[in-house]
Formats: sequence, C-alpha cells, structure tokens
Amino acid sequence: MTTVPTRALGHLDRLEAESIHILRETVAEVERPVMLYSIGKDSAAMLHLALKAFHPSKPPFPLLHVNTMWKFKEMIAFRDKTIKELGIEMLEYINPQGIDIKISPFDHGSKLHTQIMKTEALKQALDKWKFDAAFGGARRDEEKSRAKERVLSFRTAQHRWDPKNQRPEFWRLYNTRKAQGESLRIFPMSNWTEADVWDYIARENIPVVPLYFAKKRPVVSRDGALIMVDDDRMKLLPGEKIEHKMVRFRTLGCYPLTGGFESTATTLEDIIAEMRASRSSERQGRLIDHDGSSSMEQKKQEGYF
Amino acid sequence: MPNALAAHAPHPGSSKLVITDKPLLRFITCGSVDDGKSTLIGRLLFDADLAPDDLIAALEIDSKKHGTQGEALDFALLVDGLAAEREQGITIDVAYRYFATEKRKFIVADTPGHEQYTRNMAVGASTADLAILLVDARKGILPQTRRHSVITSMFGVRHVVVAVNKMDLVSYSEEVFHKIEADFRDFAKNLRFTSIYVAPLVAKDGDNLVKKSAHMDWHKGPPLLGYLETVAIEDSTQIAPFRFPVQWVNRPNLDFRGFSGLISGGNIRPDDIIRILPAGRDTRVTRIVTYDGDLESGVSGQSVTLTLTEEIDISRGDLLCSPVSPAKVGDRLEAKILWLVRESLIPGKSYLLKIGTKITPAHILSVDAHIEIETGLADPLPSGAALNFNEMGEAKLALETAVACDPFSENRETGGFILIDRITNETVAVGMVRAIANSSGRATPALTDLSYASMEGVPVASHAESLAGHNRKMASFTLTTALLTTTLAYVFVKETTLALEIGLSQTLALSGLFYLHEKLWHAPAGQSDQPQKETIIDGGGL
Repeated sequence: MTTVPTRALGHLDRLEAESIHILRETVAEVERPVMLYSIGKDSAAMLHLALKAFHPSKPPFPLLHVNTMWKFKEMIAFRDKTIKELGIEMLEYINPQGIDIKISPFDHGSKLHTQIMKTEALKQALDKWKFDAAFGGARRDEEKSRAKERVLSFRTAQHRWDPKNQRPEFWRLYNTRKAQGESLRIFPMSNWTEADVWDYIARENIPVVPLYFAKKRPVVSRDGALIMVDDDRMKLLPGEKIEHKMVRFRTLGCYPLTGGFESTATTLEDIIAEMRASRSSERQGRLIDHDGSSSMEQKKQEGYF
Repeated sequence: MPNALAAHAPHPGSSKLVITDKPLLRFITCGSVDDGKSTLIGRLLFDADLAPDDLIAALEIDSKKHGTQGEALDFALLVDGLAAEREQGITIDVAYRYFATEKRKFIVADTPGHEQYTRNMAVGASTADLAILLVDARKGILPQTRRHSVITSMFGVRHVVVAVNKMDLVSYSEEVFHKIEADFRDFAKNLRFTSIYVAPLVAKDGDNLVKKSAHMDWHKGPPLLGYLETVAIEDSTQIAPFRFPVQWVNRPNLDFRGFSGLISGGNIRPDDIIRILPAGRDTRVTRIVTYDGDLESGVSGQSVTLTLTEEIDISRGDLLCSPVSPAKVGDRLEAKILWLVRESLIPGKSYLLKIGTKITPAHILSVDAHIEIETGLADPLPSGAALNFNEMGEAKLALETAVACDPFSENRETGGFILIDRITNETVAVGMVRAIANSSGRATPALTDLSYASMEGVPVASHAESLAGHNRKMASFTLTTALLTTTLAYVFVKETTLALEIGLSQTLALSGLFYLHEKLWHAPAGQSDQPQKETIIDGGGL
C-alpha cells in the first residue's frame, strides 16, 4: 500500500475536493443520477473526478452520451476505448427524429441541428431513463450566462431553466429537493477555468482525445474557420479545396461546427503554453454560440445544457 | 484496486511540465447600484491582461449598444451577463469570475448592490475569504455600505477591503478619503473583521487597481491587486478541531466499508480516535483512503474516505469528531437566520433543516429578535412575531432528531444550515447556529465509549449478548472512571483519603449519568427522516 505524504493544499487540490464533494452529495441525495459525457477534455476531467470521488467503488451511475451522429470519428473511438478500459456503463442516445430526416448541420443549419440533436435529444434521453439529476462538465468561466449558473441548476418538468428562480447556495449546502418530473443539472466543475482543467489533466495524467494535439489534418477554410473534413458527408463548396495543415482543436463538438486553428502544439506542455499566451476565449471556435449576443442564455432556457 | 487511467502512458511532454498549485483567494465585491462594482472587476481583468481579445471585441460592440460611458469602453459589460440585467443596467444575481496572477488564483463573486437582493450577497459571502466594499467617494459610508459590512461579517468573512471609488470626482482629495476611512473604522469596531484595508481608487481609469495612482501619491498602501495577492488569509477550519460530516457510505464489496466526506475541520491520522455523533461512540481510524493511495494524514478541505477499526453503524448525516473537542449534540438550536422568500416565516410550520450532510424536520419555535442589518444589533420582538423577506432575526428552532453541530463562530462548515420548504422545495432560510441545547435537558454525550459496536448489515447480537456487553462496558467504565478521578483528585489535593472520597463520589455520579446515557442513546433507532440511499447506490448501474 502506497502512502501519500500530506502537502499544503493548492487551488487544484481545493477545486478537486469541492468537485468530489458535489458528486457525492448528489449521489447521496437523488434517485437516478447520470453523468453527461461529451468526450471532450472537461468530460475527461469530470470522469476522473468521479473515479476519485467513489474509489474504491466505481462511480454509482452510468455515463450518457447524447450522440449527434456528427462527432469526430476520433472522438467516438476514444469514447469506446475509455468505456471499455474503465468497465463503466455507458448509454448512448440519438434523437430518432434526426435519423428520420437525415439531419445535417450543412443542410439544416447549426441552429436546427443543435436544437434537435442536442437540446431535444438530451431532454428525451433524461425522460426515457427517468434520470432526475445529470452531471455536466460546464464551467462558469466558459460563457457569460454560465457565470451566474448555480452548481445545482434546477429545471422544471419541461426542462426549462429560469435564471431568476435559482436556489441560493450557501457554504457547501445544496438543496436537491424537487417535485416529481423536475430535475437537476449539476456542474461539479463550476469553479474550474480552462487553465485549471489543462493543469489538472497534466498533473493527473488524464487521457484526452488526440484532436487537442496539433497534427496534419485535412481541412477546408470556410467562413473564417478551419473545418476538418472528417468524412465524405462534407461536400466542398465551389472554390473550396482540401488542405493538409497542422491544426488542433480547443473545444470539441460536431465536426462541421467546430473550428480548428493552426498550431504546432503537439505536447501537453505546448498546449498549456499556447493557452497561457492566448488572447482569445475558449468558445470562440464554437460556431453555435454566436447566433446572437444572448444566444447561450436563450438555449439554456430552452433546455440546452 | 488497479485503475485503468493511471496505467496510461504519460502525456507527451508532461514530464517537463511544472504545474504550480497556487494559493486560492475567494472574494466578493459588494456595493450600491452606481458605485462601479462591475466596472472595477471588468477593469481588473482588463488591466491584469486577462480579458481575451474576442471578448474585448464583443465589448466594443456592446459598449456602443448598451454602454453608459459614451464612446469609451464600458468595462461593466465584461461582467454583466444576462440579457435582462443588461437592459436594466444592474447586476441581478451572483456572477463568478476567475483570474490568476503569478502569486494567486482568484475566484470573485460579483454580488448585487440592489437592496432587495440581500440573499445573493449572503450567498457570495458564505464562501468568501475577503470582501471588497465599494464606496462612492462623493457619498461616503451609506446605509447600504453598512448593510453589506454586517452581512459579510455575519456570514463569516473576516477580511475586508473598502474601495473608495470615483476619487477623481472629489479631486483626489486626501481629506475626503481619510474622513471615509475613519467613518468606516469607527462603524466596523463592532463587527468581526480581523483585517481592514481602505484604498482610494478610480476604477474606470484603473487608478490604484494594478498600479499605484499618479494622482494620489499621498496614499502609501499597495494598489488593490497587490494587496489581494499578498493579504494573509488563514484557513480557520484547519486549526479547528477535527470534523467530518459523513456524505456517503462507500461499500464496493463485503471486505471494504469506508465513510466518504470532506474534512470540515482540523486534521486526522490513522490510529486517531474519533467520536461518532450524535451516537456518541468512539472508534479508531485505520486508513485514509484516496484514489491516489492512502494518506499519512488528512487536513481540512480534503475529500477522503475513512475506514475505522470497528464495524460501527454509521450513516450519512453522522458527524465524526475529535473526542477531545467534540461537536455539540442537541435538538434545540438558537440561531441567526436570514429569511429568503416572499412568503413570511411562520413559527410552528415544519421545514426541513440541512446542516452538514444531515437533514431533519424542524420548526421555528419563536423569533425572538429582529436584527437591524445596518447595525447588526438585535431588537427584541414580541412573541408570535414573523420574519419577512430579506430580514434577519434571532430564532429558536426545534428539530425532530438531535443533530451534531458547532456554533457558527467556531466553524462555518458545521455551524451553518438552510431551511427547505417541504411543499415548494425552496430554500427559505439560511441560518447560523449560536447555541445548541436539548429538549429533554440531558447532557451532550461527552464520555469516552470505546468498547463494543453493533454491526450493520449482519444479524444484531441477541438481547442477552448485548446485555452482557452492556454490563461489561458498565463495569469497565466504572473502573476506569474510579481510577481516573481518584488519580486526578490526588494530583490536585495531594491527600489520599480526600482523593479517594472525591474519586468515589465522582465515580458514582458519572456512572449514574453514563447508565442513563446508555439507556437513552441505545434506544432503537429508525425514526431518521433521511432515506437510506445506500440501498439504491449499492444496486450499482442503473
């Protein structure tokens, strides 16, 4: 048995302890928790925190991946490998409506795609399995309307978020009570920043999807963003041509909606150095956030995570 | 237990990487509507070079659309988030901001200045180490400033910075500044701040925020950011006695039974004796289990899992404590409470009280005093008085089951509670324990009790066995007490006959109490309101 000497608690230790506390509080008080697993770095860190929180038990809840059918192939491969290695139950949900209409962000636009494949799909999945609490890896530093989100975000039976009717949170006391049909979104990493997540991934040696590291990838420059040609569903527009560039991604989502950028950061050290020097915010590469200045807030009210 | 993730090859390049874990300072900002609080934070982020370029670009657009600064950048818009409040031009909720410098990592709770949102400030204060109170140099200390001071002090903030803003509008006058400083220090005498720093600022220009102001060379103190980077913040829970609210019983298989929680006071090592409250039994810690291996010691602020020498019946809501300074146990609380909802407090109505990880039904017996938020002073109220939205008072509460807790002044993690409405599920009140008592008048279990334990999950010992155990325990207790008290008495009086007499009388008295205690506390349990969640969890995957 290894024994770990005690050291002074730094901010990563404190953030970790807080997240673990939130995970345990929820599991102890709700009926059917689930962890939203979106395969990205925040999900990777959150999953790692869950392994820590319940050790030596396994996390006492399944993971849920709401699949849009447009994720990067490398993300799905990484997901399957992670689940297999950890021996954790994972549920996958795809909105059947999206399959019926052969949903495509290229043909239907990012707004409708997100609405059907993410917002509606999540609600359907939570209803299908009757989950009353869903953990998400969202952080308050990501976006302005997230900055006011509580750790425990209360949702009506229609999954709506009312920013003016959120429960006050004091000390470490969370009120998880809810009526039949109502549910909670729980953000154990509310107080983490992007820099904290990368520092933690490095410190804890947490595996992440290789797309975060720069590599020669086939991309097309479209509307000022570098979109990776991940499969043959991506049709080139007149004048576009596929180029092979050293690119990486700062956030991951559906490949047609995720802009990459040119980078030479091939190691974690490079990534962290690049991020520290960066003069742009994290969600800049996310095309869905820019539908309007308050668009994230609106999506959240409609039930988006 | 092997873990798959740790078995991965290290990340490329990670061996060279130095992760600097920095001290963390949490602070809140409070001010009246127009004191420029959001501007101060926005400007702090901007000057510390922390606001990303695309946000600044968005800010330029927003400043033209919603700004209040004409053509200049309106830094407040960096911070104000929701559409509704942009229209109103005020912050309506608690917003959290994050930044780091070379020395420290900061979490800022930006809390509203609007009078009706007292509760949001209380939320921000509850986790803050330090408060920044914004004061308009032209107006000086206002009733709102006093309210904010009282609330932050009451919720446990011990360090305060008074940021005297808009100094440009009083011609950077040293006299005006000194008058405000003197007024504040005089007012704050009765509050529980251990440090006060008063700084003159012009937030919109960045004067004295990151760099010293050229206009105010008469001010000798550091600029605001420099102060925040260096102010000494003690973690009061680390020097408090050991406290560990049990969150979750960790039972992966029949061979392991641990108790998971976050250490809320003091520290713990294997072999330490701990007391389980409210049951009042003692046992010993065997291991401090974490995913990264067992710890040599655990300190306040860490989330760990403890295993114990004996298979004692412990469940969520129990508090593990130092046996030397255990928490108090009782079913009557005297507390300060802040009422959070529009529907007034109704004495006699049943609520759920959550303290630590324990939830128990409770009702308010009486509101005895109204606390004037501008002064912190309590005015006695006639019986049957109510408490309205955003009002603070002193109240007595009756709990359905006894809980273990501390006065809030001794530990804010184990002395703060919330009340939940059983119908609407809203959090209706937040409270701070002042005193703990017992309805039956029986003493708090304080006697060491290191013998047998019942095993949860296995058939309970027969009545005869338990009685035999009881008698053995009684005998051993009597003997120990007799020896201890006699020896102690001898040390004090240095006279054998007298010492024996004292020892005998003490032993008789204590044994009587002990017998009563055993009778009372080992009565069949099971009236706990807390649902036994373990069964659900042990079911594994869903």
